[in-house]
Amino acid sequence: MFRSSIGRKALMAVTGFGLLGYVIVHMIGNLQVYQGPDALNAYAKMLKGMATLLWGARLTLLVLFAAHVYLGVALYRENRAARPIGYVRFQYEQASVATRTMLLSGLVILAFVIFHLLHFTFAAVQPEYAEWKDPAGRPDVYAMVVHGFRNPVITTSYVVAQLFLGLHLYHAVPSMFQSVGLKHPRYNPLIRTLGVVIPLVIVAGNVSMPLSILFGIVGTSVGG
Amino acid sequence: MRVTLHVWRQKNARSEGKLVTYQVPQVDPDMSFLEMLDVLNEELVGKGEEPIAFDYDCREGICGTCSLVINGRPHGPEGGAATCQVYMRNFHDGDEIYIEPWRARAFPLIKDLVVDRSAFDRVIQAGGFVSVNTGGTPDGNTLPIAKTTQEKAMDAAACIGCGACVAACPNASAMLFVAAKVSHLGLLPQGQPERARRARKMVAQMDAEGFGNCSNYFECEAACPKEISVEFIAWMNRDYLKARLTEPDTVTPGMGAKVGPSPVAGHDATAKKHPVA
Repeated sequence: MFRSSIGRKALMAVTGFGLLGYVIVHMIGNLQVYQGPDALNAYAKMLKGMATLLWGARLTLLVLFAAHVYLGVALYRENRAARPIGYVRFQYEQASVATRTMLLSGLVILAFVIFHLLHFTFAAVQPEYAEWKDPAGRPDVYAMVVHGFRNPVITTSYVVAQLFLGLHLYHAVPSMFQSVGLKHPRYNPLIRTLGVVIPLVIVAGNVSMPLSILFGIVGTSVGG
Repeated sequence: MRVTLHVWRQKNARSEGKLVTYQVPQVDPDMSFLEMLDVLNEELVGKGEEPIAFDYDCREGICGTCSLVINGRPHGPEGGAATCQVYMRNFHDGDEIYIEPWRARAFPLIKDLVVDRSAFDRVIQAGGFVSVNTGGTPDGNTLPIAKTTQEKAMDAAACIGCGACVAACPNASAMLFVAAKVSHLGLLPQGQPERARRARKMVAQMDAEGFGNCSNYFECEAACPKEISVEFIAWMNRDYLKARLTEPDTVTPGMGAKVGPSPVAGHDATAKKHPVA
């Protein structure tokens, strides 16, 4: 089944759906930065406390992500091979910029995810983070985030990556429904709306955090 | 009016092709695009040159034989029309017009602007039919079909198999063609007995022919001279996935041996309820 064109597109949709779910949960969790250090650090500690769930989720995400990237690249190569000689002139009629740049936006997101993991999860970009503790003795995630996003270069890279994520999702969300055939005249307007609203909400939510820290709206309690 | 043409010329499948420029000085705006090429060809023959090879048959937009990518658009600038329905009044005096063949690995070039579209025939042979046992003609109105269902099936059946969807798709995917064929039969009661097998076999053959995958560009829909909707691709995706998830893996591309009891159109015990539009 997963050797067929339609089977692999369905797999692309299903893995993408799982990743989208994670992106939404991740954003909601992170928005606790607006509730202050205590809320965010307690949330981080709670996640670390649920080792089975945490590692289960990490493993699932890794598999979904790897499958999604692998399929994306494999399908792209096959699709190029299906037209060995291109047109001298070719005019697109209705494919959006998002549709035509899925591989590019996908690769940007891949690069960003690697950077993001190195930055906050493995503290490889700014290694001093690994040592920081808050007054309650928990890892001080809040101070780490605030310190990270006070750096305009890092904030800019996060914002740009989120814009690419939004572009990717603008094509991806309606595509998910198309690829598994979940379309119906009654629900198509809803699918179109979701295709705009979901990327907008995710980009707005994710971009608001680094920007409000960079501009000193959030995180004033953290020194230095 | 006067136009400048840049036409893809290629002697045969093995030789190198290139764009060759021709001037057509006396074009009547009421000529069809193909008549304009006929005029140019007569001139070429008169000069002892090889005329431009291009496909056509009915010249009234119903046979699906004509092709041509005109200025980067399959079937040219007119939406919802085949190349034979494009007129020179769609262009302006002094226009430069690029004419290229359908480009796809699954449509090998034969000569100039003519490509071999028999891959489509093999996809149809794999499952684009209903098996009807011989016998008396069924009485009229014995198979009630809802009007909405009829119309939807007819929208899909409008496909003339020209291949513009493949030509327009950046992936050279044949999904719109196969979707139209799978769903125009799959929507009707006569198509139910073979519905799952049809979806599986036609998709397997489509993949075997070397067409690309669907990336939901929807350029096919824009190029289709019969304006067939990409909703049918979603319909086929669902039909195919359902067929794969509910039946064991036994189908191979091509005709193959029939599995299970011989179906009788519309009257088979396994025929499902009428599909909902």
